[in-house]
Amino acid sequence: MIDATHYVVLSLILFCLGLIGVMVRRNFITVLMSLELMFNAVNLNLIAFSFRLSDLAGQVLAIFVITVAAAEAAIGLGLIIALVRLKDTVALDEADVMRG
Amino acid sequence: MSLADFVPFLPEIFLGCAGFIVLLAGIPLGRRGSRPVIALAVAALAATAVLIFLVGRPAAGPQLILGDMLVVDQFAVFFKLLVLAASALALVMAAGYLDRAQYSGGEFASLILFADLGMFIMASGANLASLYVGLELMALSVYVLVGYFKLEVKSNEGAVKYFVLGAASSAILLYGISLIYGTTGSLDLETIRVTLAEVPHQNFLLLLGIALVAFGMLFKVAAVPFHVWTPDAYEGAPTPVTAFISVAPKAVAFAMFLRLFAGTFAGEVEHWRMLLWIASAATMIYGNVAALTQINVKRMLAYSSIAHAGYALMGLVAGSDAGTWAVLMYMAVYAFMNLGAFGFVILLESRGYAGERIEDFAGLARRHPGAAAGMLIFMLGLAGIPPTAGFMGKLYLWAATVEAGYIWLAVISVLMSAVSLYYYFRLVVQMYLKEGDAEDESPAEMLSDRWAGAAIAVCAVMTLAIGLWPAPLVGWAKSGLSALGLV
Amino acid sequence: MIDVCRSLPIWLIPALPAAGFVVLALVGARFPRRWVAIVGAGSVGAAAAATLCTAIGFLGRPPETGVIEERLWSWIDVGSFEIGFNLAVDALSLVMIFVVTFVGFLIHVYSTEYMADDSAYSRFFACMNLFVAFMLMLVLADSLFLLYLGWEGVGLCSYLLIGFWYSDPANGAAARKAFIVTRVGDTAFAIALLLLYKHAGTLDIQAAMAWAADNWAVGSGIAVAVALLLLGGAVGKSAQLPLQVWLPDAMAGPTPVSALIHAATMVTAGVYLIARTHVVFELAPTAMTTVAAVGAATLLLAGCSALVQTDIKRVLAYSTISQIGYMFLGLGVGAWSAAVFHLMTHAFFKALLFLGAGAVIISLHHEQDIFKMGGLRRRLPGVFWTFLIGSASLAALPLVTAGFYSKDLILWAAWSSDSGSPWLWAAGAGGALLTAVYAFRLVFIVFFGDERGHVERRPGLLILVPLTVLAVLSVVGGFVETPSALGHVSFFFDLLDPVLPPAHATVAGHGTEVLLQTVVAAITLLGVGLAFFLYVRRPAIPAAVKASPLGAWLCGLWLSGWGFDTLYDRIFVRPFVAVAGLLRADPLDEISSSVARVIAAGNSALSRTQDGRVRTYAFGIGLGAVIAVAVVVLT
Repeated sequence: MIDATHYVVLSLILFCLGLIGVMVRRNFITVLMSLELMFNAVNLNLIAFSFRLSDLAGQVLAIFVITVAAAEAAIGLGLIIALVRLKDTVALDEADVMRG
Repeated sequence: MSLADFVPFLPEIFLGCAGFIVLLAGIPLGRRGSRPVIALAVAALAATAVLIFLVGRPAAGPQLILGDMLVVDQFAVFFKLLVLAASALALVMAAGYLDRAQYSGGEFASLILFADLGMFIMASGANLASLYVGLELMALSVYVLVGYFKLEVKSNEGAVKYFVLGAASSAILLYGISLIYGTTGSLDLETIRVTLAEVPHQNFLLLLGIALVAFGMLFKVAAVPFHVWTPDAYEGAPTPVTAFISVAPKAVAFAMFLRLFAGTFAGEVEHWRMLLWIASAATMIYGNVAALTQINVKRMLAYSSIAHAGYALMGLVAGSDAGTWAVLMYMAVYAFMNLGAFGFVILLESRGYAGERIEDFAGLARRHPGAAAGMLIFMLGLAGIPPTAGFMGKLYLWAATVEAGYIWLAVISVLMSAVSLYYYFRLVVQMYLKEGDAEDESPAEMLSDRWAGAAIAVCAVMTLAIGLWPAPLVGWAKSGLSALGLV
Repeated sequence: MIDVCRSLPIWLIPALPAAGFVVLALVGARFPRRWVAIVGAGSVGAAAAATLCTAIGFLGRPPETGVIEERLWSWIDVGSFEIGFNLAVDALSLVMIFVVTFVGFLIHVYSTEYMADDSAYSRFFACMNLFVAFMLMLVLADSLFLLYLGWEGVGLCSYLLIGFWYSDPANGAAARKAFIVTRVGDTAFAIALLLLYKHAGTLDIQAAMAWAADNWAVGSGIAVAVALLLLGGAVGKSAQLPLQVWLPDAMAGPTPVSALIHAATMVTAGVYLIARTHVVFELAPTAMTTVAAVGAATLLLAGCSALVQTDIKRVLAYSTISQIGYMFLGLGVGAWSAAVFHLMTHAFFKALLFLGAGAVIISLHHEQDIFKMGGLRRRLPGVFWTFLIGSASLAALPLVTAGFYSKDLILWAAWSSDSGSPWLWAAGAGGALLTAVYAFRLVFIVFFGDERGHVERRPGLLILVPLTVLAVLSVVGGFVETPSALGHVSFFFDLLDPVLPPAHATVAGHGTEVLLQTVVAAITLLGVGLAFFLYVRRPAIPAAVKASPLGAWLCGLWLSGWGFDTLYDRIFVRPFVAVAGLLRADPLDEISSSVARVIAAGNSALSRTQDGRVRTYAFGIGLGAVIAVAVVVLT
């Protein structure tokens, strides 16, 4: 029988994969995808809890998160375009003018 | 939910509409520079303040509206007015800067208004969902503002870093929220508070959730070790944006921090206090020590603003009434000092470029004695020297920290304030004791921009006035307390 | 009328000059001169009007407690520690604000003409207004903390105004000297405040004084210590032995500054401080004796120095030191009211003398050497007559001058009071002789004899009117309090009675009092006669004395103010400079610079963590999140 605990563990695994992706990936687009993975891990969590608690608030929040994530992706893509125009690359490591 | 619920929400509705109007009006008005549209935006901010006074104030005690999603209380009003003042000052300072860089003012002003709307919701959110949405509205607007100078490498780079780290941190915060939802069964702050107060929880998932929410808040206030985005985003952003984001979002992040930790999670204080103690001490030490050798004034002020978040965190560690209103007071004081200091960086120009290097301030006292005196006031204030407001702010934080028994934290902050004198006065030494390069034919000059000058003057007057006559602000900050449901 | 006056807020009095300062400091440089003059003098004039109004209210309907308090706001309020911005008017501060605003106003009016050619006109009036504001804050303060703020504020203004013509390094040096020497006293004052706060738990003047009276025994060590430290502050500010060395050099400032700050108001702040804290002094008889001794010694030493000075302003400077010595003598024998009375009359006649000297100096194109002046009686009749009245009042010419009445009260108290003695009286009487001689030496050399120096321009109305008003005050100012043998008017003492207790007299006796008065009057007249004989009839005699070896040595000694400057240079300045030279290599700073080095090392380590790469940052944040979770879960 699959209960909420399984979903929480799955969500934790997905979330950590996303976080590790943000930490190790160089390509801005891959980083953006990793971020989406993190948000969706959260959504999985919210919906699992919502189902177990028989409370709709969690699902409502999940819909908000999907919306916000879409807006976030739009801004991220806009920044990628600006980065490509300025430096002709999508590698995040190239953006290191400021340091120290 | 009834129609009457929308009345106290009118300031927010108005602000949102104003954002769209300013965005559209920027197209026809933009041909005559950014000033007309910025004037419009400032007028909208003023009208919002009036609306808050008319309908957005709690009649008696906190008032929950819109299905308990938001709460209207004195605490929220304090931060809303602070946000309005900071945005108005930053907008006025930005007008000439945008014209010189030839970027349009309409989009800029509307982004500030949208960020303000997000911050209003953060300040008065009574539900983790509404707090999250407010936070994201603020954050998304600010990412764009940081990268507003899209043809400048630094601006873009700052935005990219801020965006990636900010998005990751809000995902982590959200993960924490989902765990708290799962363990307490609610997103409503009051319900969570009651649940936590009734049943002492040792649940691992709950503590994990609280830790992750604390992480998200520490990231937003730029506390060590979650500050890494700050120096780069502050240095890269257009200076008026830096002035704005170093003040308003930080203040409302503290508002949300206080509402969650001094209010909702107060029952679990024994678990999170140690984390905040460490974060506060590390932030003060890191911010001040790292600021010492900076040669870029914006970057120096970025580290300094990290340090100031550390000071304010002391009030949260104290966890008492005195600590809480000291944080409110400190945010207001810090807002004026920091905006004023950035105002001078906005106005300084060296060979057609922004004068951001410390050497650009050399000999300023001789060429522009008034400006140098103004900068001196802000530096004294940031260093916490009487009779400026900065001293008052720190004094109340120290008093609360010592009273709560965290002597060592207070000692660290006093020592680090002493360290901070070094880098603040490096600027003063440049202005007053260095002659500037004798062969330099065109030393950095203060641009004469009446708008920015007036905004800086307001900041200077407030810095001195609060230092000499803090009673009204203290009273106002104290009035925000009862709303939090503290003891 | 009285109700209207009583309802006038007291804070207006210091706020008006402060507002004048703000206006002049911000936009004064762009104002035409006439506006600067109107704002500068007008703000002090308005303060004088407000003072008059307050005085009418106070005298018309005296408050029951003797004090009108005005609580403005609380500046710092942390736990039990509270510092308020609170003002209080009692009879003593009423006298002080009266002197400060009225004499200050006259000097401001005078300055509008005196400084007319100066390029830094608005800076001058800005500093003067700031000074008046601080001085009023000092005397109106209800807490010692606020008093201390005013105290430091007037010191700052004094520094700024002594060095007003800063392009001459000598003026800058004089300003620094004044600042540093008074700072020695200020430090003692600050320690006294901390001691008082530690014991009494409050710096509120009335509460602290009441506490001290209830809890400290007479002659207890702590009371003596606090009183002596307060005396240290007063000695520095009022240029008394051993910290008197700064005042003669302070004459480097413009003459109106000398009149306002270094004669009428700021230098008498020490007298005010002791009168204000007289409760502590009454508990410390040792300190009282010290005050009297300091006063007696100072008045004699400074009187001798005044005899031989050749610079007109330095004569007056030493005379100021000497006259404040009289006030200290009065304080030391418990004659509080008499000292404050002399403070007031001295403010009138010494301001008059400085302003007269200024009129002479400017007429002769900035000539200050009295031997290059002479015969100015006919050239500058207005200045002559007023200066003569001022000198007569300074010399305490019997019956007709204000100086006579105030000095007489001090001398009588020095003889008759519990803590008085014939020796103190003798010092005062000897000083009276010196005063009469040097005061009229000045008159005779400057205004009589052959005409020397070329009068370039005659003073205008803006100079003559203040002189005339002050001359009138120098005469009638004394009639508010006369001795029992001469009408026995006691308006002034009655006014001060609720604040300052009367002197305890052991030697009663009407006859003795009249006898001593006659003796002092005779001494004064003798001194005037001596001056006439030496400087008009036989000018050869002083010249001959100066030529003799002993005379030359004495002259040189007195001219340099008894060699205190050289002494201090030998025992303080040079060793200090030598030690500073030894420490130049910073052997002791190693401790602190090692801290700096640790911080610098920390700095480079920290800046390496900020390497500009998003991945490093994300890793840092992830690590931080793990730490955060660990801390929360484990505690």
